[in-house]
Amino acid sequence: MIVLLLLIPLSIVVATVFLMAFIWAVRSGQYEDTSTPAMRPLMDEPGKTNFNESRVTNHKQ
Amino acid sequence: METEPAQGVEAQAACFHCGEPCRDDAHRASGHAFCCAGCRTVFELLTENGLDDFYAFGQMSGVKAPDASPAARFHFMDDPAVRRRIIQYTDERLTRVMFRVPAVHCIACVWLLENLFRLRPGIGSTRVNFARKEVSIAFVTGEVQLSEIAALLTSLGYEPDLNLADLDRASARPASRRLWLQMGVAGFAFGNIMLFSVSSYFGLDQFSGPGLKQMFGWISLGLALPVVLYSAADYWKSAWSSARRRCLTIDAPIALGIAAFFLRSAWAVASGEGEGYFDSLTGLVFFLLCGKWFQQKTFDRLAFDRDYKSFFPLSVARRKGAVEERAALSEIEIGDRLALRHGELVPADATLREGAAVIDYSFVTGESDPVEKQAGDYIYAGGRQVGGEIEVQTVKKVSQSYLASLWSQEAFRKETRRTFATLTDRYSRRFTWIILSVACGAGLYWTLRNSSLALPSFTAALIVACPCALALAAPFGLGAGQRLLARRKVFLKDATVIEALAAADTIIFDKTGTLSSPGAASAVFDGGALNEAEARWIFSLARQSMHPHSSRIADALGGKQIPQRVRAFAETPGSGVEGSVANHRLMLGSMAWLEARGVKLPKKRGEPGGAVVGVAVNGEFRGSFVLTNGLRPEVERLLVRLSRRHELALLSGDNERERVRFAALFPAGSDLRFQQTPLDKLNYVKALQAAGRTVVMVGDGLNDAGALKQSDTGVAVMENINAFSPASDVIVEAGALWRLDEAMRLSRATVSIIRMSFLISAAYNVFGLAIAAQGLLAPVVCAILMPLSSVTVVAFACGATTLAAWRIHSRSEAA
Repeated sequence: MIVLLLLIPLSIVVATVFLMAFIWAVRSGQYEDTSTPAMRPLMDEPGKTNFNESRVTNHKQ
Repeated sequence: METEPAQGVEAQAACFHCGEPCRDDAHRASGHAFCCAGCRTVFELLTENGLDDFYAFGQMSGVKAPDASPAARFHFMDDPAVRRRIIQYTDERLTRVMFRVPAVHCIACVWLLENLFRLRPGIGSTRVNFARKEVSIAFVTGEVQLSEIAALLTSLGYEPDLNLADLDRASARPASRRLWLQMGVAGFAFGNIMLFSVSSYFGLDQFSGPGLKQMFGWISLGLALPVVLYSAADYWKSAWSSARRRCLTIDAPIALGIAAFFLRSAWAVASGEGEGYFDSLTGLVFFLLCGKWFQQKTFDRLAFDRDYKSFFPLSVARRKGAVEERAALSEIEIGDRLALRHGELVPADATLREGAAVIDYSFVTGESDPVEKQAGDYIYAGGRQVGGEIEVQTVKKVSQSYLASLWSQEAFRKETRRTFATLTDRYSRRFTWIILSVACGAGLYWTLRNSSLALPSFTAALIVACPCALALAAPFGLGAGQRLLARRKVFLKDATVIEALAAADTIIFDKTGTLSSPGAASAVFDGGALNEAEARWIFSLARQSMHPHSSRIADALGGKQIPQRVRAFAETPGSGVEGSVANHRLMLGSMAWLEARGVKLPKKRGEPGGAVVGVAVNGEFRGSFVLTNGLRPEVERLLVRLSRRHELALLSGDNERERVRFAALFPAGSDLRFQQTPLDKLNYVKALQAAGRTVVMVGDGLNDAGALKQSDTGVAVMENINAFSPASDVIVEAGALWRLDEAMRLSRATVSIIRMSFLISAAYNVFGLAIAAQGLLAPVVCAILMPLSSVTVVAFACGATTLAAWRIHSRSEAA
């Protein structure tokens, strides 16, 4: 049981690191806009798909 | 290769960029049809720069782009004084600016704006905040001018919305950041303390002896400290200020509970007696903050507190000699000559120098018909020019104009006072005294019987009576109601508005723009049906004129009409137009003008109930158009439904012409008043309030602004919820006005649900007090009772409100 005396303070240190990460995230403004970041993964880098081809397939649908 | 579609199909094709129908085949590029040169230019610009993926997001997701290049309009931004007020940050290398762009509406918009740097070298990263419709742009200082960016955005169809109020406003730090941090700290402490507490509930000391338990207690104390000092800080402040004002709010018993919790637990740990109630304490604060967050949800993109400044544009076209320049509004001096085009606002009181001025004051005064002005006439600020270009000379500065002086009147400036005591506060006032007397009673009782139990039972009573569940009932009930209403396009400034709506007994409506809509205006022909050819002639003539009456007639006849050539067109400003179409001589104008031109008129008939435009073909009177303001959808039904529980009244700035029509719509005995000035409206509301009524004012324009502010709940009706609205508590999308009745019902339902939640939480408190007064409150009992009561109340408040909203909605849909 004596190992708890080491592990518990250690666990609190780890937890505090996460709290710090949260505080940093809030301070850097990540909680101010919660809708736009959700859209960004859906966007491709420009110029990767051939636009004309994709249009033609769209028309045929 | 695909073959070109047939010409006939193509004529009705939708624009490849914005999706609007193409009128002709004039604009084509790469085999796609466009409605205008602007949209085609955007398409070409995007394809040239490798941004054609824009069209892969969805068909026709673009915003209709303006035809003309607008660069000159934004030159005023490069003026150092103006520039300094617009930009957010600058150094020698980088400048950052934030624009509000209401046109942002879909993922393709976000994508295009965030790839802006591909279109113009010198522009760095762009970030879009979709909810706020804001675009933050970084660019190389000196390489790109502010005006170029604004012009680029505008040419893409995303015109930045700039107005005076934005410049004067100091950039406010979002208050939600602090709440997030407080919640984070409380949640962190709650979770960790729970781990330590649970082990002692399950008999930790039986295995390890008291040493470990002691240590857990001290760790919990350390974790709870920031919660009490930081996360609960607002409760301390609020309790302190309410104690000083000698009116008890719900925060007072909460602060008392937190203090009792903390001191009792700290003492328990220090004296080695036990682990204390730190888990319940931090849980309590965490839940309370969650409730606050739920209720505080606001609608970022809506501005509820605006004054006349946000109504004005940032700049106007000023003429100096033959040169025209854009000047910031604040630089306009007395005597400046300003050029105003169709749809532009008169920014300062001025006199007309030249041009056919037709000024639409509907937003300022409520008059539905535009007023014609002659050269030399005085024009008040706030009117909107309809028709061609005019030149005016300013007589007063912007800040001293009619509109500004209206605002600086005492009544209009009054801060929105909410004397309305919230339900929770009224309830907690009694509640606090009961707790205190029970706690003291228990303490006194045990002092006499067994003094070692006196202090524990006193603090236990304070702890268990902490109105946590009570404090959560209102935020969650009201917050749920607010969210449900937002789904129906009724947006509340904050959740407490629901309580004010529920208490309302009188509803006052404005007419122009509120019950009637300029968009739903109709022009009905009186004088036998027009045949197809006649309709086409009149349409061809009417569309030549910019006068609002002409365009309304053209709209009424228009649609698929193909205009014919008009020869010998002539317009007599303020009277009528004439011209010959297909060899027929047509006249369109006021009756008096037709008579003066030798047209024989039939005998006078009764009041037409709207403006009249006569039509003469080849010198013979053919009939007349009666122009009426159309009503918004379902207004009749709305008024009938509201009248069941509320007194209704109409206050209009317009003349009496439509009295008969509106008298039929309102229930018998309703007060209908016309020709009301903004101050009349304000005083009317005041008089009702003095008579003890709770008033809801529904309006749209600046002429209602005072009444909206004075009333207990001001409801602004908006065509476009992102556009300017006077300060109000509720913003309703114009198309959803008929849902006002639903909103009133849901508000009443929500308030009674909250009352029921109070009963539930009171039952828990009585139960807890019964245990606590006997001095039996073990930490584990508290740890179960506290979350259980909170969860029950929150689930009941949210669930019942949602159910009520669903029932009210389906009933009103069915009817």
